Amino acid sequence: MEQELIPRLYRQEYSKMVALICSRFGVGEIDAAEDIVGETFLSAAETWGVKGVPDNPVGWLYRVARNNTLNGLKHEQVRQRTRSRLAKAGTAAVQPELDISAENIADSQLRMIYAVCHPMIPVEAQVTLALRVLCGFTIEEIAQALLTTKANVNKRLFRAKEKLRAGKITTALPSTARLNERLDGVLITLYLLFNEGYYSASPDKVLRKELCAEAIRLTYLLTVPGKGKGEVRPEVYSLLALMCFQASRLNARVDDAGELVLYEQQDSGLWDQELINRGNGYFVRACDSGVLSRYHLEAAIAWWHTQKTDNGEKWQNILHLYNRLLILQYSPVAALNRAYAFARVYGKKMAIPEAEGLALTGNLFYHSLLGELYGGVDEARSLAHWKLARRLAPTAAERRVIDNKMNGQGGAAF
Amino acid sequence: MTEFALIFRVGPSWKGDITPAEMQNRMTAWMNWMGGIAAKDKLVSSGNRLGIKGSKVVGANNVISDGPFTEVKEFINGYIIVKGDSVDEAVEFAKSCPLVVGNFGKVEVRPLVAPDNNQ
Repeated sequence: MEQELIPRLYRQEYSKMVALICSRFGVGEIDAAEDIVGETFLSAAETWGVKGVPDNPVGWLYRVARNNTLNGLKHEQVRQRTRSRLAKAGTAAVQPELDISAENIADSQLRMIYAVCHPMIPVEAQVTLALRVLCGFTIEEIAQALLTTKANVNKRLFRAKEKLRAGKITTALPSTARLNERLDGVLITLYLLFNEGYYSASPDKVLRKELCAEAIRLTYLLTVPGKGKGEVRPEVYSLLALMCFQASRLNARVDDAGELVLYEQQDSGLWDQELINRGNGYFVRACDSGVLSRYHLEAAIAWWHTQKTDNGEKWQNILHLYNRLLILQYSPVAALNRAYAFARVYGKKMAIPEAEGLALTGNLFYHSLLGELYGGVDEARSLAHWKLARRLAPTAAERRVIDNKMNGQGGAAF
Repeated sequence: MTEFALIFRVGPSWKGDITPAEMQNRMTAWMNWMGGIAAKDKLVSSGNRLGIKGSKVVGANNVISDGPFTEVKEFINGYIIVKGDSVDEAVEFAKSCPLVVGNFGKVEVRPLVAPDNNQ
C-alpha cells in the first residue's frame, strides 16, 4: 500500500466526514464525531495493510464511518442523547441514517463553516478550529503553521468546542435575514486563515501553501449554488480573487534557501499565471454587481501587484485604491501600504511626512518603512529605524532581510 | 478626542471651465488629502457633497429661491467629519485641503456639540 495514501485521504476526507456527522447529530457532538472518524481511519490502516486497498477507498471510509456512527461504539452516551432527541422530534426510525451522498457531504461542509465561524467563538479560536475541523490539520501541523505550541493549540480547541456546546450552536444555516451578517464573520475568518499562510514566517513552505489553498477551497465552497443560500454575495468573489492574486506569488516569496524575497526582487516567472487567471475570473464576477466592499478594493490592489511592469500608472492606481480603502475603513496595514505607494508616486522625501504622520511607533513595518524611506535621504535616521525594526522582527528570516538592508545589500525597494 | 465638521465653502473660481486633466488632478489631490486623514485614523465620516442643481433656499413668508445660499461670496460644497485632540489638529487638516492650498475657497472648522451645549 502506498505510504502516502491514508495521510492524503485523511487530509481530504477528515473534515467532510466530521461535518457530515455533526450535521446529523449536532455540532455539540464534535468530539464524538472526531473520535468516530479517527477510528475509521485506524480501521483503514489496520485492514488495508493486511487485506489490500479496496477498489473504492473513499467509499469504504464513508461506509465504515457510517456504520461506526450507527453503532456508536464506545459512545453509548451519544446513542442515548441521539435517541431522546429523535424521539422528541417524533422520528419513527430508531436507527438514524447517515446520508453519504455527494450533495449532502458538500452541504454539511458549508453548514460546518458557518458553525465554526460563529460570532460566539473568539476570532483567533475560529482559525484554529477551522484548521482542525474544516481542513483536517493535525495538532502538530496547526502548531507549526501558527507558530505556537501543541499545548496552546489544544487549549484553544478545547475552549472553542466549549463555546460550541455552551452556545448550543447548531449546523442549521442562518436565516436569510441573518445570513449577510454571519457571512461577514465567515469572510473575516477565512481571510485571517489565508493570511496565516501568506504572511506566516513559518519556515515550512509546503504547510503555508496548504493553508492558503485551504482558505481558497473553503471560500470557494461559499460560491457553490445550493438550497436556502440565495444569491452569492459579490464580497465572496472579491475575497476569492484577492486570495488567488496573492497566492500566485507564494513560490516566489521564499527562495530555496528559505530566505524571504521581497516583491521588487521576485522572479515573476515563478508567479502562478493560472491562479492569476482564476482570480481574474472571480474579480470580473465580483465587479458585475456594482457593489464596492473593502474586499473589492483589496482585490483591485492585489491585481495591480500581479502586474510586474510599471507603465507609469501602476502606483498611482494603487495609491488611489488605498485612499479609498482607508476612507472606507482604517487599518494600520493599509495606512502603511498607502504611505509606501505614496512614496512610489511622489518620491521618498514627500512620503516621509505621510509615513511619520501615522505615528505607529513600535510597529515593525512602520520602522521598516521609515528605514526604507530615509535611505538616501538621512542615513542616520534610516539606520535608527532599521535597528528598531530588527529588534521587533520575530523570526530569523525577517532579521536577515533587515540586516541586508542595513548593510546596503538588500536591494532597493524602489 | 473631539469631533469636528470641516465644512467646505467654495468661491466662484472653483466652478469655472476646467479641462479633464485639471479635473483629474483635483480628484487626485482631494483623494490624497482625505486618504491622508483616513490613514491617521482621524476620519470619522467622509460626509457628503452637496449639490447645486435642484437646490433651494426657503425663507419666511413663502420666499423660495434657487439655491445654494449665496448671500455670501462662497457657498457650501460639502463636509466631512474628522476627530482630533483639539481644534488645532483639525485646523492642520484643513490647511492642507486642496481648496485652501489652491485658494479656491475656505474650510470652516466646527466642533460637533451636544444638543444641550449652549457655548
